[in-house]
Amino acid sequence: MQPFTTLTAVAAPLDLPNVDTDRIIPARFLRKPRGARGYATFLFHDVRFNADGTEKPDFVLNRTPYREAKILVTAENFGCGSSRDMAVWALDANGVRSVIAPSLGDIFHQNCFKNGLLPVILPGAVVADLRKQLRERPGATITVDLEAQTVTAPDGAAHRFEIDPFRKQMLLTGRDEIALTLGYESAIAAFEARHAAETPWLIA
Amino acid sequence: MAEKTPRTMFEKIWARHVVAVGPGGHVLLYIDRHLLHEGSTHAFGRLERAGRRVRRPDLSFATADHYVLTSPGSPAPDTEIKGMIESLTRHTAAQDITYFGVGDARRGIVHIIGPEQGLTLPGVTLVCGDSHTATHGAFGALAFGVGSTEVEHVMATQTLWQRKPTVMRITVDGRLGPGVGAKDVILAIIAQIGAGGGVGHAIEYAGSAIRAMSMDERMTVCNMSIEAGARAGMIAPDETTYAFLEGRPFAPRGDRWAQALADWKALPSDPGAVFDREVALDAGEIAPTVTWGTSPQDALPITGRVPDPAREGDLARRQSMERALAYMGLTPGTPLTEIQVDRVFIGSCTNSRLADLRAAAKIVQGRRAVVPAWVVPGSGLVKRAAEHEGLDEIFKRAGFDWREAGCSMCVGMNGETAREGERVASTSNRNFEGRQGMGARTHLMSPAMAAAAAVTGRLTDVRTLGR
Repeated sequence: MQPFTTLTAVAAPLDLPNVDTDRIIPARFLRKPRGARGYATFLFHDVRFNADGTEKPDFVLNRTPYREAKILVTAENFGCGSSRDMAVWALDANGVRSVIAPSLGDIFHQNCFKNGLLPVILPGAVVADLRKQLRERPGATITVDLEAQTVTAPDGAAHRFEIDPFRKQMLLTGRDEIALTLGYESAIAAFEARHAAETPWLIA
Repeated sequence: MAEKTPRTMFEKIWARHVVAVGPGGHVLLYIDRHLLHEGSTHAFGRLERAGRRVRRPDLSFATADHYVLTSPGSPAPDTEIKGMIESLTRHTAAQDITYFGVGDARRGIVHIIGPEQGLTLPGVTLVCGDSHTATHGAFGALAFGVGSTEVEHVMATQTLWQRKPTVMRITVDGRLGPGVGAKDVILAIIAQIGAGGGVGHAIEYAGSAIRAMSMDERMTVCNMSIEAGARAGMIAPDETTYAFLEGRPFAPRGDRWAQALADWKALPSDPGAVFDREVALDAGEIAPTVTWGTSPQDALPITGRVPDPAREGDLARRQSMERALAYMGLTPGTPLTEIQVDRVFIGSCTNSRLADLRAAAKIVQGRRAVVPAWVVPGSGLVKRAAEHEGLDEIFKRAGFDWREAGCSMCVGMNGETAREGERVASTSNRNFEGRQGMGARTHLMSPAMAAAAAVTGRLTDVRTLGR
């Protein structure tokens, strides 16, 4: 997994609440393997492109300089709905490495951590102000520093965010989670023996 | 000795599955059941490339539901999908995983067949690479959806690193009125707490209206927990649960059944257990409910009218409503019962069980569908049971298309989608933009309400059809 340490990049504001993962990547693309040809174009496909493949000029990521955005600043419950981690893969294919939101869909939130994208939760008023600054100063950059747990806004204000220490460490190192867990093999085996004795009916 | 602190059902199940405690309070949680489908082929591929094996194939079960067509023979729609299904068949055989594949009457939607086969049991942890996995929580299981990266992790380790969610109890007391069912209850709940209301929570549904429900109905309620933002939804097991499970193929038998039953009876939340949040609804106030917008929280009683964004004080909410109404092609103030539909879909992991098909057939009997209408049973066994009762004949005589099991037009991954601009009365779970096809407009409702829409051609209060 690609590690995440610190990032200073153009950020794009997405003002709609409850942006679901079907909108982030429509279901018909889910069969494609990660990194398949054209994967980047799957992101927000149906709100980003017309039927003939041309761009819809009103969509934020089709406008310069938001086109270069590596950070999205969204409204509440971004990434709700389906469990597809292809939503994260499609963001990643477009260079997006961090999503800042007042809240995120639970499964999407987990999927970000497991695919090298940093989800940042900040209070609704702070996030709304970030989006306002990005609209007023298109192309303004935000700095996300995972080690320091801060988001530095275009106006220079630094906002501290909370993150689970385990998830933070995994992102900073980019460590393979399965390899980590396989290191717990003896604990898993001991659990299985105890669990089988306590609940023998669970073995189908 | 000090009295034990009362615990919630969630807490009891969680505590029993902790393998190890990691940094920051994350725990390594053991998974008792892992359900797989064609979408899991991504994870199988990565596992294989990493040279790893499925740790507990005996706790893993697979089926083909998302991508197969629901036309006779359940074929693959194209070579790419054919490849996915062949890959699933190959991987499950190579890893010695039970597979309910095409041609097996037990094949069906993963969340229908888990309970049907008795794989879903009280007290278990169960995951699947699908957000509607909370369905299984209806049995008093801790069940939640995961992404394909986590699917691969469970394959390799039979565990997941999880942070404990908070627990919300939603109590629905009282009696549901005529024509009102489980779907109306969950839509009313989502409308009340919002599409993000359950974020970070596991929900326990409680109260006399929930207790009075059959297992089929309880599954409908738990199924849509994710539409309220919650990864897991659960209902305490009781006599209804045990009666459903006893004798199912993979359910415990004999002494083990007795042993399991004794254990399960201690699972419900203790009196005095404290929940992080409590919500209450009066069952008697819930009407047949439909959605008008593009989020499941956009739900109203069928007696209502399309809402007016101009009356919404919050700017973000107003803009969101305006966008939803533009997409849905609706005018504020229109009575919901004047909205004409182009198509009806009865199916999905929310509403394709036998009780759902019976409820729809009761409305359809002796009438004709005036728009194209599909019935997609949740499994081969649901289909067979419905045919045994003659429900298929009722639907077919009314002009409905009676199809094979699968996810079908709920998600449209197999190409079974509505056309651009078509308005669908659907028993599925998501009315998102483009969910049932690019530009398709979805109204969510119960099977009885969808059947009513099919025979009138518009959204209809099922109570006015007199059955």
